[in-house]
Amino acid sequence: MAHTGNHPYHLADPSPWPILGSIAALGTAGGLVMFMHDMTPWVLPLGLLLVIYTMYVWWRDVVNEATFQKVHTSVVQIGLRYGMTLFIASEVMFFFAWFWAFFNASLYPTDEMGGTWPPTSPEIGVEIFNAWGIPLVNTIILLSSGVTVTWAHHGLRKGDKQTLIRGLWLTVLLGAAFTALQAYEYLNAPFNFTGGIYGTTFFMATGFHGAHVIIGTVFLAVCLVRAYKDHFTPDHHFGFEAAAWYWHFVDVVWLFLFTFVYWWTMTQPGAVIAGH
Amino acid sequence: MSSAYGGAHAQDAHAHHGPTGWRRWAYSTNHKDIGTMYLVFACVFGIVGGLISVLIRMELQEPGMQLLAEGDYHQFNVFTTAHGLIMVFFLIMPALIGGFGNWFIPLMIGAPDMAFPRLNNMSFWFMIPSAIMLVGSVFAGDGAGTGWTVYAPLSTSGHSGPAVDMAILSLHLAGASSILSSLNFITTIFNMRAPGMTLHRMPLFVWSQLVTTFLLLLSLPVLAGAITMLLTDRNFGTAFYEAARGGDPILYQHLFWFFGHPEVYVLVLPAFGIVSHVVATFSKKPIFGYLGMAYAMVAIGAVGFVVWAHHMYTAGMSVDTEAYFLAATLVIAVPTGIKIFSWLATMWGGSIEFKTPMLWAVGMIFMFTVGGVTGVVLANSPVTTAFHDTYYVVGHFHYVMAMGALFGIFAGWYYWIGKMSGRQYNETLGKGHFWLTMVGVNLTFFPMHFSGLAGMPRRIPDYPDAFSGWNYVSSIGSYIGFAAALLFVYIAIRTITSGERVGANYWGEGATSLEWTVDSPAPHHTHETMPHVR
Repeated sequence: MAHTGNHPYHLADPSPWPILGSIAALGTAGGLVMFMHDMTPWVLPLGLLLVIYTMYVWWRDVVNEATFQKVHTSVVQIGLRYGMTLFIASEVMFFFAWFWAFFNASLYPTDEMGGTWPPTSPEIGVEIFNAWGIPLVNTIILLSSGVTVTWAHHGLRKGDKQTLIRGLWLTVLLGAAFTALQAYEYLNAPFNFTGGIYGTTFFMATGFHGAHVIIGTVFLAVCLVRAYKDHFTPDHHFGFEAAAWYWHFVDVVWLFLFTFVYWWTMTQPGAVIAGH
Repeated sequence: MSSAYGGAHAQDAHAHHGPTGWRRWAYSTNHKDIGTMYLVFACVFGIVGGLISVLIRMELQEPGMQLLAEGDYHQFNVFTTAHGLIMVFFLIMPALIGGFGNWFIPLMIGAPDMAFPRLNNMSFWFMIPSAIMLVGSVFAGDGAGTGWTVYAPLSTSGHSGPAVDMAILSLHLAGASSILSSLNFITTIFNMRAPGMTLHRMPLFVWSQLVTTFLLLLSLPVLAGAITMLLTDRNFGTAFYEAARGGDPILYQHLFWFFGHPEVYVLVLPAFGIVSHVVATFSKKPIFGYLGMAYAMVAIGAVGFVVWAHHMYTAGMSVDTEAYFLAATLVIAVPTGIKIFSWLATMWGGSIEFKTPMLWAVGMIFMFTVGGVTGVVLANSPVTTAFHDTYYVVGHFHYVMAMGALFGIFAGWYYWIGKMSGRQYNETLGKGHFWLTMVGVNLTFFPMHFSGLAGMPRRIPDYPDAFSGWNYVSSIGSYIGFAAALLFVYIAIRTITSGERVGANYWGEGATSLEWTVDSPAPHHTHETMPHVR
């Protein structure tokens, strides 16, 4: 049924998944409103499950088209590269908003904050983390994972399946370790989410980063499964490359978070470091 | 280039193998079917948004409360909020980008479809939940009376019901739809141009869509962040916009307008593209200063990212900052002037034929220029300190952005309906539609400058008797404008059902881009053998 012509492009067959995705989006958005206004908490998880199901069946089709129907010509792969690059560019702009909120508060501390960053007023003053503790360990973990994913890529390029699988396993485990340490840190934070602008900017910026780490880890784990199934060849493995690009993007966001939200903040006049 | 194009007619013969009935639309991966769905969606919501504007004008026709209960100012703000959001997100963007962009980018660059056809369909179908959430917000509780800008703290601590949350999530969904379309369109334009179709030979409509989608891709995620902060401030106890806990309501204005200013160019740039084609076609001359026209749009897009705070002069900022935003805003008049004078130069010495699309294109240039010059007035922060939140501003942006875009939509519709449906509109009715609209909208919006100069405030349903005269005129104008919109619906239905059948290039020698080399209506699949452009 695939509609082919005298051109190198892939014209996808009609598919029910986009409209299913839209129903899932309605369930998620409507469910979130119902959850926030204490109507029912159950529509939201159903909507999210449907989102995940849509992603599964849709990308299953894409994997089939790429791996078995072989419709991803080199020109189609260039298109996928553009698409992923542009998607990451939009993600960068999403984080731009959270960093804007952070710098708006930290560069121009208001009287309500006690005129300092971090805030020192009795109402919203906080103790903060030592950047040279868990945050530094997390930085080392993420930078190392950037190395291991590149090692896996080298294995893939050479047709060395064992290196690919080892490299991906290490990357996924490092990603999971980062998430675990971040969760531990959240649970032991000396400030909280609702206490004022410090906790607000801290948890929302690092929280959205953490969500992206989890998504990137799942993306890499899917690549690991595909590596076991021999889906990748040395010169056709864009799924892997997209996961690696996304992972590097997540890594770079972390470097900005570490530099400004953790370390630079620690050097500011209002900094009172927990446990010191 | 048509000789290299012999395959087009043969393609018509082989049948469309995809699903039929409702599945053809629901499961579509065809840029033309998806474009058609966007156009129908835009038409429906254009009428809904227009109807709300009539309600607004009925309330404002006379001093005192006319339509709404005494003192029910909130309901009035629910109307203006719904009107603004519907017109921007559910009329202009779906028509210009989703509708004409989908239909004509692949046709003009010689591509068989969009780069990511399934994603394309999801972009359209995301608009449905978005519309459900927004229309639902009007009826949920008291409705969202925040204005389309959804400024904090009114939006965070002002309305506690579900309505504002629904409006916010509606924007999230519409934003996701536009981001996905944007990366799809940009990939298509960069990766799927026919051999010989270099960027510097690309039709100006495609250039306009390229700049537009870049603006959307880079600005919408910032809005997504801003309104996510609203959502968490409202429901989960964060303090982004709450001054008492160290937050800053002005932060919202910065984030919103960092999106909002590029957004107004998103609305009008595709209209620029359409007008360039229409003016060239009906002057039977190539567009004057093609490259300058293309790069003027690039310049407008780039400078559009660094002028956002001119929407915030009265929020309180340093004089130096004001001076910067004032100067940067005035700079935009330069590339905009290049566009307007190049359109005039294209017409100069041309063999001009005033068919309906040309009337709309010239009308667009007129409306946009009127709004543009009041924009230069408003760029000056001392002036805006006086005019802020008056009807002068309402008049300005309805001319420049709303009518600029709407006239562009109609220019495109009359220009391309033959290509899309295979049937031509009725010339007399089309011209009648244009003149009725022209009279209606100018009667509505021109007097707003006078009431605004006199001090008439926005977003208030009642006003002193002193403002009554021009408000009455504006209201009469809006009824004429809405009647014109209903006439359009009649013309559209009549065209599609019983319009005269047309051939591949029904505009003749002036119409030179690739869409005129394929049959009318354009076959389900086109450019399956890529044309060579020389």
